Amino acid sequence: MTVTEDSASPEQQTGDDTTGVDSAAAPSEIAAAGAGSTETVPADFGPEPEDDGSGQLHLLPRRGAVLRMSEVQAAADIDGPLIGGENDQTMLVNMGPVHPSTHGVLRLMLELDGETVLRSKPIIGYLHTGMEKTAESLTFLQGPTNVTRMDYASPFFNELVFSMATEQLLGLEVPPRAVWIRMLMCELNRISSHLLSMATGGMDIGAVSMMIYGWREREVVLRFFQKVTGLRMNHNYIRPGGVAADLPDGWRRDVLDLMDLLPPRLEEYDILMTGQPIWRDRLQGVGVISQAEAVALSATGPILRSTGISWDLRRDMPYLAYDEVDFDVLVGSYGDAFDRYAIRLNEIRESIRIVRQIVERMPSGDYRSADTKVTPPPRARIDESMEALIHHFKIFTEGFKVPEGEVYVAVESPRGELGCYLVSDGGPKPYRMHIRGPSFVNLQTMPHMMDEGFLADAVAVIASVDPVLGEVDR
Amino acid sequence: MSLLALGEPYLSDGVDLGDVVLTVVKVVVAFVVLLVSVMLMVWFERKVISRLQNRIGPNVAGPFGLLQTLADGMKLFFKEDLIPERSDRFVFQLAPYLSVVPAFLTFILVPIAGDFSDGKDGSVSIAGRQFFLQVADVPVGILFFLAMSSIGVYGVMLAGWSSGSKYPLLGSVRASAQAISYEAALGLSLASVLLISGTLSTNEIVQVQAGEGFRGIIPNWNLITTGFVPFGIFLIAGTAELNRPPFDMVEAEQELVGGFHTEYSSIRFAMFYLAEFMNTVTMSAIIVTLFFGGPAGPNFGVLPGWLWGFVWFFLKLLVFLFTFVWFRATLPRLRYDQLMDLGWKLLIPLALGWLMILAGIRVAQSGGFGITDSTQVDTGIVLVVGLAIGVVAALLLSSAVRTSRQDRLHRHGLVEVAPVFELDGGAPAGEGHH
Repeated sequence: MTVTEDSASPEQQTGDDTTGVDSAAAPSEIAAAGAGSTETVPADFGPEPEDDGSGQLHLLPRRGAVLRMSEVQAAADIDGPLIGGENDQTMLVNMGPVHPSTHGVLRLMLELDGETVLRSKPIIGYLHTGMEKTAESLTFLQGPTNVTRMDYASPFFNELVFSMATEQLLGLEVPPRAVWIRMLMCELNRISSHLLSMATGGMDIGAVSMMIYGWREREVVLRFFQKVTGLRMNHNYIRPGGVAADLPDGWRRDVLDLMDLLPPRLEEYDILMTGQPIWRDRLQGVGVISQAEAVALSATGPILRSTGISWDLRRDMPYLAYDEVDFDVLVGSYGDAFDRYAIRLNEIRESIRIVRQIVERMPSGDYRSADTKVTPPPRARIDESMEALIHHFKIFTEGFKVPEGEVYVAVESPRGELGCYLVSDGGPKPYRMHIRGPSFVNLQTMPHMMDEGFLADAVAVIASVDPVLGEVDR
Repeated sequence: MSLLALGEPYLSDGVDLGDVVLTVVKVVVAFVVLLVSVMLMVWFERKVISRLQNRIGPNVAGPFGLLQTLADGMKLFFKEDLIPERSDRFVFQLAPYLSVVPAFLTFILVPIAGDFSDGKDGSVSIAGRQFFLQVADVPVGILFFLAMSSIGVYGVMLAGWSSGSKYPLLGSVRASAQAISYEAALGLSLASVLLISGTLSTNEIVQVQAGEGFRGIIPNWNLITTGFVPFGIFLIAGTAELNRPPFDMVEAEQELVGGFHTEYSSIRFAMFYLAEFMNTVTMSAIIVTLFFGGPAGPNFGVLPGWLWGFVWFFLKLLVFLFTFVWFRATLPRLRYDQLMDLGWKLLIPLALGWLMILAGIRVAQSGGFGITDSTQVDTGIVLVVGLAIGVVAALLLSSAVRTSRQDRLHRHGLVEVAPVFELDGGAPAGEGHH
C-alpha cells in the first residue's frame, strides 16, 4: 500500500511529521503479530522471524507485545504458576469472550504485571458462522443477504462491496441514481456506525451517559433505514444491479431533518467528552501506534489515519461517485486513542457534508439496472408478459450466470478497507468469496497498542480499534 | 457504647431504664431511617440518572417506581447463594458484614435534626429528658468517622482477596491503594475543620457553625470559614472513599467486570450494594454536617424548631446526593495511576499546605498580630488566598497531566506537537481534497 501525496494533503495540518522516529531505527526481531501457538515457553519471544530481504520486518521494533502462548497451554497452566519463566510475578488474565467491554465475543489473553499489560494476544473465532463458505452455496442475488450480517454495525458496506464485485464480473453498469442512493445509504451508515463507536467507546471509558446518547442518535438514523429498506439492520438493500427499492416519498425532508439534528448533538459530545479533562487524560498518549507499525500491520481506516497517513479509499481509489463530492480526509498526528476518537467524531461531520451534497445532487432515473438478466422484472409485468414471468422464475430459482473470472473490490468502510475477492466459474454462484475484513486485520494492531499500558488502557484500546466481531470471525 | 457516649447530656448523672429505652429507640429509628433512605436513594439515583440520560427509569413497582429497590432486594434475597470453590469461605462470608456495619455505624454521628438557632444546642426534651437528635454524640466523633471509613475498606479489600478469582483480586488491590491515598487527604482536610471548630464532636461542630457569620448575612459554615479548599479536597477524597464515579475503579465494570463483587451473588451482593448506597447517604450527611452547618438554619416558626433543623438538613443532603449522581452521569472514569497522582501529588500537599495557612492565621489572631483585627476580615483574606491557590493548583495539575503524557509519548519515540484537533469551534481538521 502506498500513500498518495497530493498537493492539498491534509498532512500539512499535522505540522512536522513526528511519528515513526524510533521504530524505523530499532532492530527487527518481532514482526508478525498473531498467535504462535506451537511455542511452549511463554516467557520466550518465540522463534526469530526470517528476514525475507524485503526490509518489511525491520519496520517493527522488538517490543514483545504479542503473547506467544497457545490457549490450550494457558488453560492447562491455570492452576500452576501462571506464566513462569523469568518473572513469575505476572498473571495471565482471560479478558472475554464474555466481558462487558470486549465488543462482543473478542477474547484477549493478557499477561499482567500488577495492572500493567506486558503482552497480549487476541483470540477470535467465537462468532464464526462460515459466511465465506455459505456464499458458495448462495446465488449472486442471494449473496448480499449473507454478507450483510458480517459487519452488522455497517451492513450497507458489506452489501455494497459484494454487489460491486459481482457487477465488475458481470461488466454491468449501474444507473446513476442507484450509485447515488448507494452513496447516501453508505454515508448514513458511516454516521450510524461511528455513533455506535462513540457510544460504546464512551461507555468503556466510564462515560456511561454517552452510551445512551450515542444509541439515541443512531436510532434516528436507523429509523430512516427502516423507512427505506424495511429493516433496521441487515437490510439486503444494495444488490447486484442497483438497489432493492427506490427511496420513499419525502426522503429528502427526512434526511435533511437528520442532518440538522446531528451537528448540535455532536457539539454536545464535544462538551461531554472531547473537552473533558478526564476524557483527554484517559485517551491521549494511550494505545500509540507508529506510522511504520500501522503500515506493517496493514491497519486501515481511523487507525491508519490516526498516525498521520492520509489514506482513504473514497479519495485515493474512488468508487461510486465519491470523486464528484467534496469532503476531507481526516488524519491525526500521534496515532493514539484520542486521535482515533477525534477522527471518528469528525468523520461524522464529513459524512454530513457528503450527505448534504448527495441530497442536493441526487439524479433522477432508474434505481436498478435495466438488464433483464440481472434485475427481476417489476411485479406488474409478470401478469402480462410471458418473458417477464420466465425471467422472474429463472432469477429467483437458478440465479443469473456470471462470467468466469476473479475480481477484488475494496471500499472504505467505517473501520477501514473492506475488500471482497470474488471468483466465478461461470455459474450462478460464486466459486469462492473471500472478505478482507478491516476489523480482522486491525485486530492485530491491538497487542502493540496495549504494550506497557494499564489494564484500563487495554479497554480504551479495544474501544479505539472498534472491532465488530461478526466481521472478524465471519 | 457507654464510654463513647459520655458527651450525651442525659448520661451526665447516671443511667436508668429510661436512658436505655431512649437509646434503643434512637438506634432503631436511625436504622430504619437509614434503610429507608437507602431505598429511596437507590430510586433517586436511578431516576435522576435516567432523566439525565433521556430515559424514564423505574416506574412500574409502586408509585413512581418507588418500590423498585424493594422488589430488587426481594429478588436478590431469594437467589441462590454461590460461594466459589476456590474462595476463602470464612473471609468471603465475613466481608459483606465488614462493609455494611461500618456504613451504618458512621451514621450514628450525624445530627439529623434539632434547633440550633439563637445559640441553642440542638437538644430536645421529652418527658424531662434532654437529648440530641442523633444516636450518639461521640466526643471523638470525627476520629470515629475516620476509623469506620477505614474499616469499611476492609470489606471491599477482603471480598476481592477471598474470592479466589483474578478480577476481584485486582479490584481489591485497587481498593487498598485507593484507601491509603485518600484516607490521608480526607483526614488532612478534616484537620482544617477541627482547627476552626475546636472540637471533635459533631454536635458541637454544628453548634459552632450555627453562630453568626460575616455581617450576619453569610452563614458561619465551615465551608466558608475554612476557605473552600478543605471542602473541595474532602468532596474529592470522599467520592474516592465511596468508590463512586469517577473514582469507581474498585468495581470498574468495563475493566474488572464487577471488581471486588464479581463473585458475589444473592443477599451477599445485596449487602455490598446496600453498604455502597448507605455510604453515599452517610458521606453526604457528613459533608453537610462538617461544612454546611448540618441542621442549623433559620427558624421561621409554624413548625417546631427541631423540625426546621430536619428540613434544612434534608435539603442540604439532597443537594449532595444529587451531586454524586450528577458526577456519575457526566464524568468518565479516571485511570488507577491518575487517581494516585491526584491523591498524592495534589490533594495531600494541598491539604497540608492549607492546614498550615489556617493554623498560621489562628495563631496570629490569638497572638494579636493578625492581618487585621477582625477574624471575619481575615477569613475573607483566607478566601481570596484560597481561590488563588485553587488556580495555581489547577495549573499544576494540568502541567502534571501534560508531563505524564509527554513521558508516554517519549517512550514511543514521539514528540508532542500542537494538537491537530481543536474541536472547540466545531471546525473539522484537515483540508479539502476536491
